[in-house]
Amino acid sequence: METHGLDRILREHPFFAGLEEDFCQLVCGCARNVRFDAGQHLFREGEPASEFFLIRQGRVALEIRAPGRGAITFQTVGEGEIVGVSWLIPPYRWTYDAKALEVVRAIGINATCLRDKSESDHDLGYELMKRFVPVLVQRLQATRLQILDVYGSPA
Amino acid sequence: MAAPPEPVLAAPLVDPMLPRVGRVRARRRDAPLVFTLEIEPAEGSLPPFAPGQFNMLTVFGVGEVPISLSGDPARPGRLIHTVRAVGPVSTALSRLDRGDPVGLRGPFGTGWPVEQAAGSDVVVVAGGLGLAPLRPALYQLLAPRRRYGRIALLYGTRSPADILFAREIDAWRRRKDIEVHVTVDHATGDWPHQVGVVTSLISRARFDPARTTALVCGPEVMMRFAIGTLQGAGVASTQIYLSLERNMKCAIGLCGHCQMGAAFICRDGPVFRHDRVRDMLALREI
Ligand SMILES: Cc1cc2nc3c(=O)[nH]c(=O)nc-3n(C[C@H](O)[C@H](O)[C@H](O)COP(=O)(O)OP(=O)(O)OC[C@H]3O[C@@H](n4cnc5c(N)ncnc54)[C@H](O)[C@@H]3O)c2cc1C
Ligand code: FES
Repeated sequence: METHGLDRILREHPFFAGLEEDFCQLVCGCARNVRFDAGQHLFREGEPASEFFLIRQGRVALEIRAPGRGAITFQTVGEGEIVGVSWLIPPYRWTYDAKALEVVRAIGINATCLRDKSESDHDLGYELMKRFVPVLVQRLQATRLQILDVYGSPA
Repeated sequence: MAAPPEPVLAAPLVDPMLPRVGRVRARRRDAPLVFTLEIEPAEGSLPPFAPGQFNMLTVFGVGEVPISLSGDPARPGRLIHTVRAVGPVSTALSRLDRGDPVGLRGPFGTGWPVEQAAGSDVVVVAGGLGLAPLRPALYQLLAPRRRYGRIALLYGTRSPADILFAREIDAWRRRKDIEVHVTVDHATGDWPHQVGVVTSLISRARFDPARTTALVCGPEVMMRFAIGTLQGAGVASTQIYLSLERNMKCAIGLCGHCQMGAAFICRDGPVFRHDRVRDMLALREI
């Protein structure tokens, strides 16, 4: 695997901006370049959360399927953002579908590999947590706003 | 280029409590339960207005409510109001037809700081119907375009069907001198744009937080979240403006109906600088 190019791409991605050299090497060892065509799924609800993605190009729709209503998009994620946080928390399964809306180029990070490295190097684990928790908090706040349905008609 | 003269804020009314009569010239449906009315005076001309100001509109026999002006301040002869039918008066307004009479008082209140923002970047954050009171500000920002740095419109609403002024937004999207991002809270498969809450657009827009003026309008919860995100991005509270809503009766600072702390929304607002109302916004219920 060509880790040299990946190393640069990883550092240039906003999610890993400023990551220390040692940590970068560790993360790089779990990473690969991936590409999805428009309409292709990055993953589907219920599947094991074995890989998460740093989006470099293109947009991804996060969808939930509801009986009789088809797929409802609750968020789109684009360049510079990440797709997938369920790999952090047991039972490590996706709770929604992620579908490419156009050609998507991303870095896929093997979740088991990164979990194992974080278990044996807690400094790495803590560094990752500091990067993931703000994303989780943002998504939690967004969900609150969506649940409140603030634009909904009062009728 | 010389700056255009400041609009006259107070209407030269003889008795500010006495509505003059206007007539509906046109009515258009914008979204479910949302209608835009074009109103012309039955006689005489209309006073100029500033972006962000509102009129008190009366449906005779039903009641009177504050409604923002949503048209172009450069064309004051046409009064444009966008109304969402939520209760008795707004529903009656939204059902008016060509030729029907409407009572008019105004324009009232403070406006968006469009003049003061000259030279800075401007970020307009609108949620739902909040785009209506911001549209006059956008018209002014885009008219003498050279006077501003970057301009971004960040608009969030409930679903694709709820997007207001869709054709105009498309036209703005095609311009090179304004960055337009639209997001909806939920969508089905055929929606090609973004899904997510309006605050998620703030990190996508390009602006220099140290020299940015932000104009925010929408439901109060959405404004609180948006202002928090703008501050997180480095925009100072003194550079953020928001428009507040409270029930109104007189609209001229006499009855106290719209009082919020020491401020009367009708007279001191509806547009406020954030640092001046921050403490009141934090209170549970006033
Ligand atoms: C300065 C200012 C500018 C305004 N501009 C506009 C405008 O441009 N367009 C417009 O449609 N409205 C606008 N409003 C809001 C409008 O004046 C109120 O919605 C008004 O109360 C409607 O009167 P009503 O008799 O139809 O309903 P009401 O009997 O007053 O209300 C019926 C129900 O709707 C709820 N409700 C009232 N207002 C809102 C609201 N804004 N959003 C959600 N639920 C609400 C009430 O809690 C109640 O349950 C503005 C208000 C202010 C203070
Ligand atoms: S509505 Fe009477 S004081 Fe504001």
